[in-house]
Amino acid sequence: MSMTRRRMIAATVAAGAGVSVAGVAARLARRYGLVPPDSGGIYGPGETLTYATQRLMTTHSTAREFSRNMISKAPFANEIPPLKEEFKRHQAAGFKEWKLTIDGMVAHPASLSLADLKTLPMRSQITELACEEGWSYIAEWIGTPLFEVLHAAGMVPQARYVVYRSIDRDWWESIDMADAMHPQTLLTYGMNDDDLPVRFGGPLRLRLPRQLGYKSLKFVDSITVTNSMKHFGKGLGSSSPEGGYAWYAGI
Amino acid sequence: MTPCYAPVVPTTVAAPATERSRHSAVVRVTHWITVLCFAALLVTGVEILLSHPRFYWGETGNVNMHPLFTLHVPSSRSMVPTGYAVLPDQNGWSRYLHFEAAWLLVLIGIVYVLASLWNGHLRRDLLPAREQRNWKAYAAVLGRYLHRAPVKESGAYNAVQRAAYLGVIFGLLPLLIWTGLALSPAVASVAPWAVEALGGRQSARTLHFFATIALVLFFVVHVVMVTLAGFWSRTRAMVTGVVKEEQL
Repeated sequence: MSMTRRRMIAATVAAGAGVSVAGVAARLARRYGLVPPDSGGIYGPGETLTYATQRLMTTHSTAREFSRNMISKAPFANEIPPLKEEFKRHQAAGFKEWKLTIDGMVAHPASLSLADLKTLPMRSQITELACEEGWSYIAEWIGTPLFEVLHAAGMVPQARYVVYRSIDRDWWESIDMADAMHPQTLLTYGMNDDDLPVRFGGPLRLRLPRQLGYKSLKFVDSITVTNSMKHFGKGLGSSSPEGGYAWYAGI
Repeated sequence: MTPCYAPVVPTTVAAPATERSRHSAVVRVTHWITVLCFAALLVTGVEILLSHPRFYWGETGNVNMHPLFTLHVPSSRSMVPTGYAVLPDQNGWSRYLHFEAAWLLVLIGIVYVLASLWNGHLRRDLLPAREQRNWKAYAAVLGRYLHRAPVKESGAYNAVQRAAYLGVIFGLLPLLIWTGLALSPAVASVAPWAVEALGGRQSARTLHFFATIALVLFFVVHVVMVTLAGFWSRTRAMVTGVVKEEQL
């Protein structure tokens, strides 16, 4: 057998093995929920590798928490889309009528005011908000862990994603259960010993310190628990992929 | 009647004596994939950088804080004061492609390093040869470069080439991967030391930028040297794997 033919056979066997390994890996990834909703298209393989690797690595990890003297003296509030009339009415009323609705795969759908939310266990954490643009700041964030709300609402075990929406319905996000049940995932109503200012997402922002800033949605007033992202928007997981950004923002 | 067996056709042609094999298939394939990844990472890296062309040192940094330095270029964000018009936002696809290209580069890099350990490429071609393990060897090569002496090719890398390639493969590229991963809040949650050892998240970002500058400098010098040595013959060698004797 000539060298070239032997090499060609070796290359074919290697390529075949590579394809089968990739096929098996893809099946396993799907089975263990390691494929992100925006896994289609030319960036799908890279996005799936990133999400699967980071999900496996970070199942139980916690974002870095900082000491009080690390809190940024001049936190930066990024540009927000113009606030709509409905929001301005809430703002004028001191957000007394602001309601967070919880529905979907829960035994007890609910509608909570900020006061109701504050009766649930509170947690505060000093974490960094890092924007995909490159800038960052550290603040103390005070709120109710999302898992407390999900427990109170009686989330069913089949749940796979938690969808959360801004009062401006153009902005909505979702996270998997590892992030939803994470102790640092906070329905945040306070910042640095005060109410969360509107320009930082007040009255209610979902803080997710293990992902970049755009997953920490501002002005949250609605949560839906689901087992599939198929019927939400274009089925890509959130409004971010519809605008060209990755659903998973762990990097 | 025609025979029912395939005629015997030689599947290899012995290389003429004037050709000498230069680059292995692994080196050639991984080289060109690396070129593709480098181009994608550089273009998307610049696009991402334009959304905040300011650099800081330490853990945090934003437009309310003093920068370490600012690049005098336009930005794709209206919140960054630059004095220029605001460019369109390209971060979405840039971030997708940046990480996909990074994955491909890491995977192909693992193949390259394992193959180079296995087939002796690392020991034979990249680690300094016995006679190159002294300062004189480096001074001699640099002296020849400075005097623009005609390059006499031996077919093997000289001391400076080996140092440059080793520095990029085992120094710069790992540093770029480390400083890039340190920007990931998820990675930082698993390996906080990876961020703290670099002096904080913003320091990691600044070092990622400096390492990129170093890699671009290597790329420029590499292409200049290839051009001086004969651009087409060297490029052909990196495609076909062989050089003609008279081109050595």
